[in-house]
Amino acid sequence: MRLLHDSQFLVFTALLLGVLILASAVGHVLEGRATTDKGREVVANLNARIRAWWGMVAVFVVAVVVGPIGSIILFALTSFLALREYFALSPTLRGDHSVLVWLVFVILPVNYLLVATKWYGLFSIFIPVYGFIGLQARAALSGATEDFLNRTARIQWGMMVTVYFVSYVPALLMLQIPGYSGNGQNFKLMLFLITVAQASDVLQYIVGKLFGRRPIAPLVSPNKTIEGFVGGVTLASLLGAALYWITPFAFWQAGIISLAVCLMGFAGGLIMSATKRDRGVKDFGALLPGHGGMMDRIDGLCFAAPVFFHLVRYFFD
Amino acid sequence: MIETVLIFLTRLLTGAVARGREFSFEPYEQRIYYANHTSHMDTLLIWTLIPRSQRTDVHPAAAKDYWWTSPVRRYFAEKVFHAIPVARQREHPDDDPLRDLEAALAGGGSLIFFPEGTRGAGGGVQPFKSGLYHLAASRPGVTLVPVYIDNLNRVLPKGEFLPVPILCTVLFGKGFAFNPSETKSEFTARAQANLEALAPK
Repeated sequence: MRLLHDSQFLVFTALLLGVLILASAVGHVLEGRATTDKGREVVANLNARIRAWWGMVAVFVVAVVVGPIGSIILFALTSFLALREYFALSPTLRGDHSVLVWLVFVILPVNYLLVATKWYGLFSIFIPVYGFIGLQARAALSGATEDFLNRTARIQWGMMVTVYFVSYVPALLMLQIPGYSGNGQNFKLMLFLITVAQASDVLQYIVGKLFGRRPIAPLVSPNKTIEGFVGGVTLASLLGAALYWITPFAFWQAGIISLAVCLMGFAGGLIMSATKRDRGVKDFGALLPGHGGMMDRIDGLCFAAPVFFHLVRYFFD
Repeated sequence: MIETVLIFLTRLLTGAVARGREFSFEPYEQRIYYANHTSHMDTLLIWTLIPRSQRTDVHPAAAKDYWWTSPVRRYFAEKVFHAIPVARQREHPDDDPLRDLEAALAGGGSLIFFPEGTRGAGGGVQPFKSGLYHLAASRPGVTLVPVYIDNLNRVLPKGEFLPVPILCTVLFGKGFAFNPSETKSEFTARAQANLEALAPK
């Protein structure tokens, strides 16, 4: 509840509300203007996305206000929802069930417990070392050898993306930044990261829809264009720089870190598009109307989070 | 309370919603929902997708030798799911294992039924046994609705105790009527084909 006395947080939340209200207003105006069937479809999708944004922002703000445990539970749940989408797409065999049980009931909770207890040393290697070896050993014990390397690699990558990468968002709470972390301000690093990563997605989408001509990776994601990429990444990096006041960074540092976040986010979106294309689907799920599944919304964020964390840890911790 | 918790947990694990463009729960009519059987959770999953206002009228057929062997299971079967016991082994040669189900239909209720009889490995629909035919023939006015459950065998496979989260799809097909001029094998083949047609490619 201390957050409600944090003036930076209040200003940030007010700005965010302003953006959402503006987006809803624009969506409402566009709804009346669309004349073609195709146009109406795009606007309907846009408005579904904006409504889902209201929900996501509300859930996130409540979790942050509750305190560190709120954020940790929120992202543990996010991992859980992302995981069920990833494994719906990724073919596993009957013999993998016990491996998935270990992943869901042991590795996921332990990983977030390490975040909650701020045990950085073990957190950073728990999944890459113990998780990787442990899951593979469990798979071997189950005795199903058919397609062994492919199967275990798929599960390990799913663990990496949906659990390890995602947990780097609340892991920001354990950084010790002189003159910043002491006052419990780390949650604003989460706001910063999520805002820049999601703004990068949204701005690439908007710039691409308005000015996009040349596809950047036509075989993977026909909707991503060079114009959208350059425009969206530039605007989101500038936005990040302009948000330097909620971070321990200087203006130019915030800009450079935001650029790294945007580029990683773009890479993440591309990787997940390639995954979906391989499995012959357009979306991971239908959890968030207009957006698709949880994985569709956080694909950029979960690849940007570990890089953001380690940049901040290396240069500021 | 128990209902709400069960529905929440099932949604959390499977993310399933009722899909199917040619089917609507409203208005209520007497139906036999028949589905492929791949997991212990099949009944639970379909039950959570039935609208609340209709749930007490829809009775899952449940194996007597499993659900009526412990007080907890029995409580869930009778009080939560309003299930009807089906004896898989006849105690007397003259017993009709479907008697209680036919009585429920006669009383105006709907049924959830698994015509394969036992859980398959998830590799396709097993050949139907004759139960569905006898039920449909006993009440020709009841609408038959095929329900295809996809992926649930990966959430909780046969022989496992703990479920894992994986998105599932539940497809409701177009309802159809029993045709009294059909033979048993014609009816069974048609019902099976209607269910298999729902399977995602």
